[in-house]
Amino acid sequence: MADMQAYESFTTGAPLTDTKAPDGPIAERWDRRRFEAKLVNPANRRKRTVIVVGTGLAGGSAGATLAEQGYRVIQFCYQDSPRRAHSVAAQGGINAAKNYRNDGDSVHRLFYDTVKGGDFRARESNVHRLAEISTQIIDQCVAQGVPFAREYGGLLDTRSFGGVQVSRTFYARGQTGQQLLLGAYQALSRQIAAGRVEMHPRTEMLDLIVIDGYARGIVARDLLSGRIDSYFADAVVLATGGYGNVFYLSTNAKNSNATAVWRAHRRGAHFANPCFTQIHPTCIPRSGDHQSKLTLMSESLRNDGRIWVPRQAGDDRPPGRIPEDERDYYLERQYPSFGNLVPRDIASRAAKHVCDEGRGVGPGGQGVYLDFADAIARMGRAAVEERYGNLFEMYARITAEDPYTRPMRIYPAIHYTMGGLWVDYDLQTTVPGLFAIGEANFSDHGANRLGASALMQGLADGYFVLPATLGDYLARHPHQDVDPDHPAVHETVLAVTDRLYQLLSNSGDRTPDSFHRELGELLWDQCGMSRTEAGLHKALARIPQLREEFWERIRVPGSGEALNQSLEKANRIADHLELAELMCLDALHRTESCGGHFREESRTEDGEAARDDEKFSYVAAWEFTGTGRPPVLHKEALDFAYVHPTQRSYT
Amino acid sequence: MAVTGLAMLLYLIAHMLGNLKVFFGPDEMNGYAHWLRTIGEPVLHHEWFLWIVRFGLLAAVVLHGVSAYQLSRRDLAARPVKYAHARRRASYATRTMRWGGVIVALFVVWHLLDLTTGTVNPRGESGHPYENIVATFDTWYGDTIYIVAMLAVGLHIRHGFWSAAQTLGAGSPGRARALKATANILALVLTAGFLSVPLAVMTGVVS
Amino acid sequence: MRLTLRIWRQPDAEAPGAMRTYEVEDISPDMSFLEMLDTLNEALILQGEEPVAFDHDCREGICGACGMVINGQAHGPERTTACQLHMRHFADGDTIDVEPWRAAAFPVVRDLMVDRSAFDRIIEAGGYVTAPTGSAPEAHATPVPKPDADTAFAHAECIGCGACVAACPNGSAMLFTSAKVNHLGSLPQGAPERDTRVLDMVDQMDAEGFGGCTLAGECATACPKGIPLPSISAMNREFLRASRRR
Repeated sequence: MADMQAYESFTTGAPLTDTKAPDGPIAERWDRRRFEAKLVNPANRRKRTVIVVGTGLAGGSAGATLAEQGYRVIQFCYQDSPRRAHSVAAQGGINAAKNYRNDGDSVHRLFYDTVKGGDFRARESNVHRLAEISTQIIDQCVAQGVPFAREYGGLLDTRSFGGVQVSRTFYARGQTGQQLLLGAYQALSRQIAAGRVEMHPRTEMLDLIVIDGYARGIVARDLLSGRIDSYFADAVVLATGGYGNVFYLSTNAKNSNATAVWRAHRRGAHFANPCFTQIHPTCIPRSGDHQSKLTLMSESLRNDGRIWVPRQAGDDRPPGRIPEDERDYYLERQYPSFGNLVPRDIASRAAKHVCDEGRGVGPGGQGVYLDFADAIARMGRAAVEERYGNLFEMYARITAEDPYTRPMRIYPAIHYTMGGLWVDYDLQTTVPGLFAIGEANFSDHGANRLGASALMQGLADGYFVLPATLGDYLARHPHQDVDPDHPAVHETVLAVTDRLYQLLSNSGDRTPDSFHRELGELLWDQCGMSRTEAGLHKALARIPQLREEFWERIRVPGSGEALNQSLEKANRIADHLELAELMCLDALHRTESCGGHFREESRTEDGEAARDDEKFSYVAAWEFTGTGRPPVLHKEALDFAYVHPTQRSYT
Repeated sequence: MAVTGLAMLLYLIAHMLGNLKVFFGPDEMNGYAHWLRTIGEPVLHHEWFLWIVRFGLLAAVVLHGVSAYQLSRRDLAARPVKYAHARRRASYATRTMRWGGVIVALFVVWHLLDLTTGTVNPRGESGHPYENIVATFDTWYGDTIYIVAMLAVGLHIRHGFWSAAQTLGAGSPGRARALKATANILALVLTAGFLSVPLAVMTGVVS
Repeated sequence: MRLTLRIWRQPDAEAPGAMRTYEVEDISPDMSFLEMLDTLNEALILQGEEPVAFDHDCREGICGACGMVINGQAHGPERTTACQLHMRHFADGDTIDVEPWRAAAFPVVRDLMVDRSAFDRIIEAGGYVTAPTGSAPEAHATPVPKPDADTAFAHAECIGCGACVAACPNGSAMLFTSAKVNHLGSLPQGAPERDTRVLDMVDQMDAEGFGGCTLAGECATACPKGIPLPSISAMNREFLRASRRR
């Protein structure tokens, strides 16, 4: 108990400022920044090495582009091929302010929607840049041969997504992420073949090497041989994705993990807004304790499906036997103007609320119906099949239920993390020479990400932002060789090998997954869709105990000198056990509700999320001081000159 | 494989049509055989056309066999460890390409010794193919060898024609059914045409 | 459900391997095949044994990481990936054989895991459009007829799992290679490099030690993404065309 209070009694340090963001009119800032950036002479670029960790949309595009510019790139991924990074699973689409529909879209509107959608917790400068670049991304991807959906005239098709009023979402059936990722992977493959990218698949970054305050390399483990190696560079780029897997059950890939960002955090990179996590309302509910991950179904289902639960708690009749007047179409009832299309966070919380009342359906009462009976009656089965056929098929395969004749069951799941390593306008963390891109940084989405914006941000960072800003850093920091015998290198390697040894030598009685599951459940209950002070205190009391138990009781069979998937898992869970604590602390300190962060205590009279701009219009960047020790909070004040904060209302 | 296979297929079609002469009696058949030797005269000397065809066929057979050998070696090397759980794969025609090809090759040797050189023919009288054919198919082993070989040829053509079309890039989703149907019809017609002769002899229609 | 599993165990690439028998109980029909293996692995860890190694990641059937031959069929009896195969397709008391992909070009690295880097090298040989970042023209500058875009997409769906190679009686990688050749070849953006792409990718495919194609069609039957068999013929057409022009 004493420890817990110590952790909660964090101190507030010096405010953070983003020194790289130029001022002046917002639409000119990115141009100005690029013009003021120093350049590296093309002839000197091949002498400069950049490490890129991760090969998703952000990492893949960054590695390819940096190599095209002439830098020497050393790239890593834990998968057996760079093509498997989890960006591959994104379904919906990618936003771009092309205004091909002539429906009133513009860079400014995309900027406005993103700042507002993020519930005013993102930087205006960054978001505007993102909106500007969005159009170039589409051009780039088309040139690479990404097969976007097209109209009969041969031009690109777009659709409206996530309740936005313009059609700015480009898509490739339900596999947009896959197609964009393959585009980046192929660009990267070209550079690998040309010898400009040294690719290390099945190699996992386990720590960051910081020498004299600068990020100069990483320590990584070859997952096949178990070999631990250090790699040195002039700069390190983390493109390792989000930390949604801290919840165990999420829509992330099974091996997605927070180790790279957490190790960087431990080495001095501030972690921003860790409590901003996004819940996706339309996932397939869990079917039992064996569940290993959750599968998302595109949000577009809510365009035609109606969400309901039985009016009576404990009504376990099959859905077809529940008469119309004993059903509660709760979203349509509570939010008459938006109905089933309310934003993700609202739809998710409403689902949790009805399930908490005992009106949930399916195994364990953790689900609500998404009913297409009306849509089928209205448009005919063929039209529904045309629009949602592949999703219905996926649902039927997983649940063995026919969604054409029986309403689907859905439940919210952790999907995306807006929080991440704090970065400045140049995407550089608080450790000079360490950059974070894509979902790994705290990003441009504020407290809530809009649909089809993750792909946009990952590719904007990788193709266009980082290659411009990283050059400036390299130009200002001339190359210096790293002494492989530098004490900092030895210390880092030793820290890694020690930890692995500790995991391997402990002959406990619990499996890595058993800890992961327990941690995930705790977080989901206390730091999931809605959070309370009491619940967060409870979690903050339990996490250190669980961590202690982990190091006492963990069992990892096998050796470190070979492929050992249990070891990989256990090592990642060890970091999740520390990150979870920071998430809860961040959630506890932010007593307002905003975006994906909902504090039961902070509600309007109607029970909706109440933001507190007076007190919380800032980015919370946490500085690490030691495991279980209270971190230091650094606030970066947010300033809104172009989009004025308003309270969201969907009733 | 595809090019040599198709060349041999064309030959087989002509050969099968020629065989049907047997139903018009000894004079027609023998006259036809004689005519084959005179094609191209007077530009070509006697039997030159036949020899050109024979050399062409020999080249096709050799190249087809060598390619098949190389392909098989490569294919076997590509899967050094077999699956413990063996499962019947692909169609019968596809699975029997290798051994079917070997059977057909052995048959060709026997067939040449039987009806070209007459070495193993029970009658073996040069210039009288009709009588030689009838003699062969009057024996039980002649019928058996021939029927088995022709069934193998049919299967070989069924997969071979379709496969050759794919190799030469003629396949497309729209044409898939047409190609499969053509392969089946070719295989069926050729097999039936070739088999009609021994069956006719066995049933006494031709004697 | 109660099942008997016979699984290929092999400590590393060099060591010999063998099928080992395990019994699992309390298997729910709603489990995915990989969740069933998770259950076995949890039990093995508690017994102090090393769990069965297998590749997996997204568990949504899109990353292409998982792949194992289940009862002689790549990804098992349903046309999907192993992660999306559910235990309801098996019966209580069944014996299930689980083996890694078998191909000279996919050496086993441990248990059910194989090295599929040959696929990456085939892509590196030419499976891309040379379009350096920043050089792209306006996206609408070149319209693409919808049928061409649809053809490209149908081939671009390939997830690189390797089931085609595993299922092919000859261990051939023609379907994988043709999928990429046809994806890029059917788009105007891919046209300038059409000839070198197909020639270089086929060369690399041959150099990796994949078997030759005899059009057995097993690849297309096993493909979880339904890449069609005529894809191979279309690549042959590209190859012949490029060879003529060289």
